[in-house]
Amino acid sequence: MATNIQVTINGKSYSHEVDGRLLLVQYLREVLRLTGTHVGCDTSNCGACTVLVDGQAVKACTMLAAQADGREIITIEGLAENGQLHPLQEGFHEEHGLQCGFCTPGMILTAADLLNRNPDPSETDIREALEGNFCRCTGYHNIVKSVQYAAEKMKKGEKAAATA
Amino acid sequence: MTYIGKSVKRVEDKRFITGKGQYTDDIVLPGMCHAVIIRSDYAHAKINSIDTSAAEEMDGVVAVFTGKDIEKAGINGVPCGWQVNFKNGDTMKEPPHHLLAIDKVRHMGDGVAVIIAEDLATARDAADQVMVDYEELDAVVNPAEAVKDGAPLVHEDVPHNICFDWELGNPKEEVDAALDSAHHITKLEFVNQRVIPNAVEPRSAIGHYQESKDHYTLYTTSQNPHLTRLLLSAFVLGIPEHRVRVVAPDVGGGFGSKIFHYIEEALMVWCSKQLNRPVKWTATRSESFMTDAHGRDHVTTAEMGFDKEGKTVGLRVKTYANLGAFLSTFGPCVPTWLHGTLLQGLYTTPKINVDVTGVFTHTVAVDAYRGAGRPEATYLLERLMDTAALEMDMDPAELRFKNFIPPFDGVNEPGYETQVALTYDSGNYHGVLERALEMVGYEDFRKEQEEARKNGKYLGIGFSTYIEACGIAPSAVVGALGARAGLYEVGQVRVQPTGTVSVYTGSHSHGQGHETTFAQVVADRLGIDLDDVEIVHGDSEAVAFGMGTYGSRSLAVGGSAIMKSLDKVIEKGAKIAAHKLEASEDDLEFKEGKYTVKGTDKSVAFGDIALTAYVPHDYPEGLEPGMDFSSFYDPVNFTYPFGAHIAIVEIEKETGQVKLKRFIAVDDVGNVVNPMIVDGQIHGGLAQGIGQALLEGAVYDENGQLINGSYMDYTMPRADDFPSFEVDRQVTPCPHNPLGVKGAGEAGTIGSTPAVVNAVMDALSPFGINDVPMPVTSERVWKIMNNHH
Repeated sequence: MATNIQVTINGKSYSHEVDGRLLLVQYLREVLRLTGTHVGCDTSNCGACTVLVDGQAVKACTMLAAQADGREIITIEGLAENGQLHPLQEGFHEEHGLQCGFCTPGMILTAADLLNRNPDPSETDIREALEGNFCRCTGYHNIVKSVQYAAEKMKKGEKAAATA
Repeated sequence: MTYIGKSVKRVEDKRFITGKGQYTDDIVLPGMCHAVIIRSDYAHAKINSIDTSAAEEMDGVVAVFTGKDIEKAGINGVPCGWQVNFKNGDTMKEPPHHLLAIDKVRHMGDGVAVIIAEDLATARDAADQVMVDYEELDAVVNPAEAVKDGAPLVHEDVPHNICFDWELGNPKEEVDAALDSAHHITKLEFVNQRVIPNAVEPRSAIGHYQESKDHYTLYTTSQNPHLTRLLLSAFVLGIPEHRVRVVAPDVGGGFGSKIFHYIEEALMVWCSKQLNRPVKWTATRSESFMTDAHGRDHVTTAEMGFDKEGKTVGLRVKTYANLGAFLSTFGPCVPTWLHGTLLQGLYTTPKINVDVTGVFTHTVAVDAYRGAGRPEATYLLERLMDTAALEMDMDPAELRFKNFIPPFDGVNEPGYETQVALTYDSGNYHGVLERALEMVGYEDFRKEQEEARKNGKYLGIGFSTYIEACGIAPSAVVGALGARAGLYEVGQVRVQPTGTVSVYTGSHSHGQGHETTFAQVVADRLGIDLDDVEIVHGDSEAVAFGMGTYGSRSLAVGGSAIMKSLDKVIEKGAKIAAHKLEASEDDLEFKEGKYTVKGTDKSVAFGDIALTAYVPHDYPEGLEPGMDFSSFYDPVNFTYPFGAHIAIVEIEKETGQVKLKRFIAVDDVGNVVNPMIVDGQIHGGLAQGIGQALLEGAVYDENGQLINGSYMDYTMPRADDFPSFEVDRQVTPCPHNPLGVKGAGEAGTIGSTPAVVNAVMDALSPFGINDVPMPVTSERVWKIMNNHH
């Protein structure tokens, strides 16, 4: 059964008729060709497909495209603003938080959700927040440091904005 | 500008952090259709019939093929790349591995038919309509059981399921005699459990036959595109190699599991030819669990003898190695030449005998998984060492110091010849353990441990000092040992007229950061900017040839090939510079991107030389224009990284939960080009090795069902399973390759597993327990601590 959806993705509005069983991740990858959102499993465990839906980290394989109707979605392709990398993207680069890069988009978007909720997370907070995202390359060590880098940078940014 | 030794940030990151990486499943070709493979739910069954008619009638279904269709087309199965002989000289048993099963399925997940449809959803729906009539047969999954009389046979013509039996080292009688004379013998019987590589990117393959050019392209998730091209063209499909292009684009982790030539690669290419359309297959995670080659799976008895002072006098090992139902590309070499050869470890053990039986079972193939054979050897030795220390009431660190091979640099002192066929290149084994002990604060820890025990808290410390054979490998040596390929590497350096450089390497990066590390080497050697260097890999059309990335070989072998080509570039540049400077070549030196006449200020920059090579108006007579060199580098020996790992765990008596509190790793991987990347490799390796110790393990039931074949059931290590790692390094350069590097990809995995298990044993020592099978789960520990065996 097809259904019409209207959805905002990375600030752009889209309208599509989608099959009732089409997953959000399939919609992103196959219909919109936003292939930065990856599929690593079929049980919603690995987190490679994580995107932000109305600001919250959601595994895009647990949601139907039809359920995205009226929502605002950010994928990895939409995280940088005006060519400026998000502090998390910068952090993953600076702290070598990625190797093969496959888990990275989901990891970054999950961390974005964490930093939205908790701008000053402890190492334990970070590790617990990321436990739904698998990385087989880094042993998570530098991912933790990447998130810490971003948290630090975002705090400084806020301070600068407050004093400006 | 110097780049070598600096933690240069990775140039490949940009595309990955912005979602612009291009992995195989991201590729969409015009007219592409989608394949779903129907796989056996049984581990062992006769196929009575396959009814595909309902599927074929469905709208959107393009074709359905079964094993019989492929057999009729005269297609061969996938070959094995390594031959191990029986002790009596007979060739190993090598049953065919067809692209799809014909009369029988031999492991859960064995493919029986392929559905090709216009879209994936239709292909999946159609797969549900295929009726396969199976007659289930008895299965066997444990290699030590599979060799017994009356065990179900995986292949009718392989008696006792034995693929080969093999031994290495000193004659068994000599080792028996050494052990008979020993003051103390430590004996362990254990299973090094089967683990599943689980690269987060599932395998994927797209076959694309173009009739107009009579040309085949395969896009695939491979660590090894050129070898795949060779096997696919010459051995499986029988098509000319030059009509086949294999592209391994961005690959989302491999860890060994993407080295091999898999049936799906050949199948997609063959299907594409039949349909004259591109065909894509991407594994679901369930398929990955059932069909990616697994790792480890040894059933082992090991005995080590010691004299009164605690010096080792002999080691005797018997292992049943599970090879799975079919031989994967390098399956037979892992439990033999990558395992038995490492049983000298870091110790002076004078007599060693290792006996390995390679066994077929009704499980998916076992092949190289990060470390490949070397983690099994290290686990065996290092569990023996800590157990022996406990039994002899000696300090485990002291016992190691007593038995270490003394330091040697491989230049002034010769390499160390082992009892098991290797010559170590250079080593300082005392150094790494001393440093690790210093980092952990050993004496303080023992005090803390004693205090904690009084308060009912169980802390434990575990050691592992390991060696590995990397930089795989000298072709003639491996050829004599059964490899059916050479293991050199290819590196081409193409200097453009403007002085920028493209490097084509047969190594393949799937996370290792070659685009950065290799560029650092090239930029340094030529004295140019890093930005002026591009590293190209993973496409057989761009790169002349290659043997891929595994066995921690990329920089040691691939980097050395690039170094050889750089030498040729510099040598040719000197001829041009001599002409321009009107000097003799012998009077020139090349430094910091300039040729200078020694002792003068007359010089010419590399960029000018490059331009002159392509605009040869005023040019040395008889010299060819251009600047483009390719080299093959075949190493003279393996490289031998080593290190010392220490784990500290705390066990909760109420739950049996093992908490990893600290992990210290001091690794010596020779010279280091990019410390940040090397540390990253160590971290990732540690997580996999610790994962095997505490969390991971494939579980096949007695019927051959993989009962934890999903991420819901298989315990993948997560961020909150680890502390931050404490890593440091020592540098003992490799004496036989131009960069002095040894390789860092597998060190973490090889060293860490026994350190963690030893720490658990140390924590549990007040309970009189000296063995818990891996993975050391809370359930197992709780039962043992609370006497519920």
